[in-house]
Amino acid sequence: MITVSSLLDDQWYERYKKISKLNIRSSIYDVTNRCNLRCKGCFFFSSNEHKAAKEEMNVENWEQFIEMEKRRGVNLAILIGGEPTLCLDRVEAFYKRLPTFCATNGLIKVPRDKFPDMMVGISLWGDEKDEKVLRGKDSFAISSKNYEGDEYTYYLYTITPRQIGKTERIIKKIRDIGVKVHMQLLSNDEGVDGFYWRDEELQDLRFELDEMLDHYPDTVVSSRYYHKVITTGNMLDRSFGWMECPSVTESFDSREPKPKRLIHFIRWASDLKTMHRCCTSETRDCSTCKDGAAHMSWVMVNKRAHIRTAEDLRNWIEVYEMFAKLYRFIPW
Amino acid sequence: MTTVSARKDIIIHVATVMIEELKLEDVTPETFNPDIDLVDEIGIDSMDLATVALVLQDEYGMRFDEDDYPKLTTIRLIAEYIEKELK
Repeated sequence: MITVSSLLDDQWYERYKKISKLNIRSSIYDVTNRCNLRCKGCFFFSSNEHKAAKEEMNVENWEQFIEMEKRRGVNLAILIGGEPTLCLDRVEAFYKRLPTFCATNGLIKVPRDKFPDMMVGISLWGDEKDEKVLRGKDSFAISSKNYEGDEYTYYLYTITPRQIGKTERIIKKIRDIGVKVHMQLLSNDEGVDGFYWRDEELQDLRFELDEMLDHYPDTVVSSRYYHKVITTGNMLDRSFGWMECPSVTESFDSREPKPKRLIHFIRWASDLKTMHRCCTSETRDCSTCKDGAAHMSWVMVNKRAHIRTAEDLRNWIEVYEMFAKLYRFIPW
Repeated sequence: MTTVSARKDIIIHVATVMIEELKLEDVTPETFNPDIDLVDEIGIDSMDLATVALVLQDEYGMRFDEDDYPKLTTIRLIAEYIEKELK
């Protein structure tokens, strides 16, 4: 039987030991249905999820709900929306009770006196031109001022097909304000012209992502294996899709055979009663989903499948470390 | 049957269920080290453990508390847990 220690040298084994028992149990929460941007391609609005449930307005009910989530075993709250920073009292209710990650467009600054070490992920959809086309404004111009030098912040840079050959400029801009960056790919849920992916583009992008990681290792939080998985949709000769996705809400998951999945994962709507199908849009075609966290989780839940060669296991470790850094379970 | 041999039987049975349910290769119930760390060394996660626990619960007529999963890191510890629950 192949064991972990038989595949790894001492250094890798130490890295492995630091993450092997983290036992991360995340769930996702729509903090609000409102947003201060309306981005083309935002799955929340394009699939009408903002109308799925009436927002719970009483913060005490949020507090009680979060206590229940803790008892359910959740140890990582991922806050999305809408724009969570429009409801900082709800964000605070999470932060006081659970390790919390807050996704934001960065237009509103999270007050660090109230949230000193909460991890903040700022969405960025390309360069100034793309941001204006897709989001109506150059959000980086504002978010970069709000979060310059913030050690608990990173940019979640969603790369569009138009960005191929241009990512370095963005990475440098982010490096220059002293913030980290993680990269994922646009899924183009609203079918915006010119933003569909072609296979050869994805191939080119994979090598560009590798180059960015090699050239800016202190800024880019990523791994080569993640680049391979996200651009090909393949992992260990398997293809990503509905039957493989780990981020399906547990009570909706009747898949057979049962795939490896996130234990007790639920994506909650803002009424705290309604559940969404998965971590992203219910209307999205899973076979073309490019969601970065879903692909990372796909690798992470398939640990045993990676215990077959030293290279496979090292790849798994790098992806797990990346996730653990992005959600502040281990330091940068 | 002595306690020691009963424990040994449970260990062999837990190993058998684990090999069958998780499709572990290159190991037999007799060669499966009962003290090897299942999480650190074999890569078993809580979903794997839940799969094995379901089968063992039916067979032994007892229940595993999900909160106890993190403690069940070796086959020997699982066997001891079953023994304790059966008392």
